[in-house]
Amino acid sequence: MRHFFTILSHEIRMLLVSPSTYIAGVLFLIVMGLMFTAMLEEYSRGPVEISPAAAFFNIFPVPVLFMVPLLTMKSISEERRNGTMETLLTTPVTTFEVVLGKFGAAYFLYGLLWASTGGFFYLLRRFAGDFDTGPLIGGYLFIAISGLFFIAIGIFASSLSRNQAVAGILSFTLLFALLLGTYFARDLQILNHPSMAPLKLTLENAQVLQHLGDFSRGIVDARQLLFYLSGSVLCLIFSIFGVEAKLLHS
Amino acid sequence: MSEALPPAIEVRNLVKSYAGVVAVQNISFTLNRGEILGFLGPNGAGKSTTMRILTGYLPATSGEVRICGVPVAGQPDAVKRHIGYMPENNPLPEDMRVSEYLYYRGRLKEIPRKKLSDRIDDVLDLCDLTRVRTRIIGKLSKGFRQRVGIAEAILAEPPVIIMDEPTIGLDPHQILIVRDLIASLRGRMAVIISSHILPEIEVTCDRVLIINQGRVVATGTPGELRRDILGHSLYKLEIAGDLDALPAVLSAVEPTLKIAEQSSPDPVGFSTLRLVTDRDDSIGEPLMRALVSDTRFRLRGLSREHPTLEDVFLAATRRTWDIVGTPKSTSK
Repeated sequence: MRHFFTILSHEIRMLLVSPSTYIAGVLFLIVMGLMFTAMLEEYSRGPVEISPAAAFFNIFPVPVLFMVPLLTMKSISEERRNGTMETLLTTPVTTFEVVLGKFGAAYFLYGLLWASTGGFFYLLRRFAGDFDTGPLIGGYLFIAISGLFFIAIGIFASSLSRNQAVAGILSFTLLFALLLGTYFARDLQILNHPSMAPLKLTLENAQVLQHLGDFSRGIVDARQLLFYLSGSVLCLIFSIFGVEAKLLHS
Repeated sequence: MSEALPPAIEVRNLVKSYAGVVAVQNISFTLNRGEILGFLGPNGAGKSTTMRILTGYLPATSGEVRICGVPVAGQPDAVKRHIGYMPENNPLPEDMRVSEYLYYRGRLKEIPRKKLSDRIDDVLDLCDLTRVRTRIIGKLSKGFRQRVGIAEAILAEPPVIIMDEPTIGLDPHQILIVRDLIASLRGRMAVIISSHILPEIEVTCDRVLIINQGRVVATGTPGELRRDILGHSLYKLEIAGDLDALPAVLSAVEPTLKIAEQSSPDPVGFSTLRLVTDRDDSIGEPLMRALVSDTRFRLRGLSREHPTLEDVFLAATRRTWDIVGTPKSTSK
């Protein structure tokens, strides 16, 4: 594990010195800021039932769908394309450490970007007075935990292709299927057939939007935690296989 | 070079095949500590594949590789601590500074943090990179990049250095610098380099291994190879006249003297011939006397040739293609 920290600190350092990180950060804050403002407009027009934090986090699939592929698509693809994967793997470093280091760095940036939206709520509290902070904490907790899975999906997509664009589109598709596909699929008629019961149950439990609602209301279900943790572990294992399979067949 | 230590590299019956294509067929060789081995072969001969297997990056299909006595297949992690590797085309991250890159690589190679900055200063000095230590790698010229790659390979002072075409794309002056750098490692580290630039190998390497189509074609010191493959001595003859009568005259001078190559006559009627003999000492004088005194021939020139490794290489690779029986196009 000693190389994990070397790789992680190297990756984070490379992110922090790269101008594209700051450009992405600024654009992300502009988009989120616009959405937040639009949401506040809604509140100023009349009474709304849900708390502003809950309303804000409801739009989380939009940034996730665009941000996660952009953050993760180059992580492994680029190393392989440049050939630096070869120099990296001929040092006493395991594939596991490489994948985990890349994952850690991408997750760090993902967390940093989301954390910066905390400023919105600080301003809201400062100028608009008190509001219910429970959904806020629940929402950020949800972002932190589900982020593990989303970033792992992105890393997995990146391990499959040496082309960044392909990796990006693949992770977008996988995330779309997970975030919104499960929502639409659960109403399919075919799932009502008795033989489809296990699949229907799986889909019922994989409703990411539903999980967000639970977290905002303060319900932290161990099954949901397990869903995200096991999902991310699985994706990272597949990423390791992805990297190693390319070596065997290169 | 103590006897107790196992050889730096031991390769036995190495075979590698990809999806039906056999890239490496039964290669065996041994490299002692401190020796420099040149790896020669045309494109696609299996040089890079063999090197990648030595580093543990690619698994072999069968056969055994040991680096400093450690089997690559069984303990790839231990092997990676014994090697410094510079891949083909020398991939480097574009957006790091030279010293940052070396620091990162040093940490990955488990050099203690305390020693690392001194060691980086040493290799920067050795590779003449001190001037560019704070420059971004992506903005360096090819010669500097190549030296950064070499600096990285020798950073952890491993007993074995493997470099895939370290001089490719360099200008003659830079090649000279890189060659001196590699020669300076002699005695301290075992080095394998592959190259197309044959004079390079000839000057730098103690031993040469020529491979073609995945097989070892020839191995030995450059001098031995010359003798084994081309015969002991070569003479170049420019002559006109009745060439059919020539072999008889030649064997009268020296029984082992044979015509190896014959060109078609030039406009003036002179042909250029290459003669091979087993004799090591010069037979130029009796040969010249015999040819001049014979009225059937007109002699324009006679010289003893010093075959380059290039000739050996061409002869050796031609020989394997004859054995394998697939006359390939000679574009490369």
